[in-house]
Amino acid sequence: MAKKLDIRRFPGFLPITYLCLFLLYAPLIIVMIYSFNDSNSITNWGGLSLRWYEDVFWGVESEKFKTAAMNSLLIAVAAAITSTSIATMAATAMLRAGRFRGKSIGFALINLPLMVPEIVTAVALLIFFSMIGFTTGYLTILLAHIVFCIPFAYLPIAARMQSIEEVYEQAALDLYASRLDAFRLILLPLMTPGIISGFLLAFIISLDDFIITNFVKGAGIETLPTAIFGAVKQGIKPNIMAISTLLLLVSVVFVTLSYLVGRMGQNKK
Amino acid sequence: MAGALTTSKASNNSTYAGLGNLLMLPSWLVIGFFLVLPVGMMLIYSFLTKEFRGGIIWEFSLAAYDQFFFDRGLFGDDPARIEWTYIKIFWRSIWQAGVATFFCLLIGFPTAWFIATRTGNSRSIWLFLITIPYWVNLLIRTISMKFLIRDTGPLNEFLISTGIISDPIHIINTNFAVQLGLFYSYLPFMVLPIYASVERYNFALSEAAADLYASRITTLRQIILPTVKPGIIAGCILVFVPSLGAFLAPDLLGGAKTFMIGSLIEEQFKGNAGNWPFGAAVSMILLSMVLIVLTYYARQQSKSGER
Repeated sequence: MAKKLDIRRFPGFLPITYLCLFLLYAPLIIVMIYSFNDSNSITNWGGLSLRWYEDVFWGVESEKFKTAAMNSLLIAVAAAITSTSIATMAATAMLRAGRFRGKSIGFALINLPLMVPEIVTAVALLIFFSMIGFTTGYLTILLAHIVFCIPFAYLPIAARMQSIEEVYEQAALDLYASRLDAFRLILLPLMTPGIISGFLLAFIISLDDFIITNFVKGAGIETLPTAIFGAVKQGIKPNIMAISTLLLLVSVVFVTLSYLVGRMGQNKK
Repeated sequence: MAGALTTSKASNNSTYAGLGNLLMLPSWLVIGFFLVLPVGMMLIYSFLTKEFRGGIIWEFSLAAYDQFFFDRGLFGDDPARIEWTYIKIFWRSIWQAGVATFFCLLIGFPTAWFIATRTGNSRSIWLFLITIPYWVNLLIRTISMKFLIRDTGPLNEFLISTGIISDPIHIINTNFAVQLGLFYSYLPFMVLPIYASVERYNFALSEAAADLYASRITTLRQIILPTVKPGIIAGCILVFVPSLGAFLAPDLLGGAKTFMIGSLIEEQFKGNAGNWPFGAAVSMILLSMVLIVLTYYARQQSKSGER
């Protein structure tokens, strides 16, 4: 009996798992701690303080970072809304429209942004925009973000749709509902948790992107990651750690929300 | 209920049958127009002639690929020799990505195994803990790593204060720093696919092996590893491919000696080099390498599916 319990266990795997978690979290936690450092240098510890957070919001560079944060936020919201809508339609096509020509290539298309290395997408878009004479700016950033957000929005949406049986919509059709009504009144409400989860993931992915944005942004337009990168090039300063901590918390909150919403939907079922 | 399901399946009347292409239209437009078409244009660009001021001339030329592979001397009239500079950068990228992948596997496999053998709630909490760092901004994670391993950073200070070392270890700007950065960036990518395959693993196989007096190591090598191999390959690809074209880790953690493909490409567009056709050519070469890896992967998957 004791032997049977043992097969699942390998000695040393538990410590390695703890090591894995430690490696993943230690750098982030250290930066969080140092963001409260009351010292002008990043090396010496000068006691706890919120001065670098004050600096982020009201300091010399605050305007730059606020504008960048606003740009990031607007682009992320717009990109997440658009890509979530596109992904919802695509998921409906993949899971609710039976067989049709171009289905498998369509599936490959949705996942294509995940296959092409980010730097290649960045280069291709930069060349494309400059070739067709598109001025780089907000719109170019937004279009690029919509493209790479689609597969991320698609994942939770498709997963959710897969778990909803088609009988509900079929019943509606049997009762003479139009297909649009079946979609609007039956599928969409059932899909809500999946769609919210997809939206939140797309939002974070857009908020996080550096490489593609760096290539397609016009002169003078910065998003938060490109502004942070520009500042870090001159050396890590304490205010960077405060911004990093804030952005990190935003990501964690959104992922947790996405996770909880996804689970909430499952429990209801 | 079950009856209704079978009826609807048997008549093959999907709710939105016939609307498939219409529903896919937005995806086609957006991804087709802003990804497929741009990659096509990049391919064309790589065969154009560069102009001195960083622009291009619409004239067919193999100069970009020629510059990558051949060295024709300063004035371009020497006999062609192989140009090693760029091949070396590619080789270094492959090596760095490979080392990072190896370490991700070393840590990722036991972690994935451990999580997959938990039950119920504790399993989803473990999984969640592994996924969170992935969603944290890559730039911020790379900056954290840079901050941690600086010569005067917390890691060195800690090691000196505990007396393990007396002088700071120089990590930043070395190959190791870049490997560490890549490892740190993509570790969750290794854990998740391996977890998915261990979760499907039938533990009766291990039991049978144990009953036949196989040791743990033998069971691991002969039974478990071959069974979960698709997950391991998927994890390795998910780490290796983005590492190959990574820009942030080599740029922030490495120095001039750790130049990788991502930085080479970036320099052609943003930096001083300003050679767009060459940048496009390097991107095409990188994309081809990635596609080769992915095709190999697809073949492997369909093979294991047949079995």
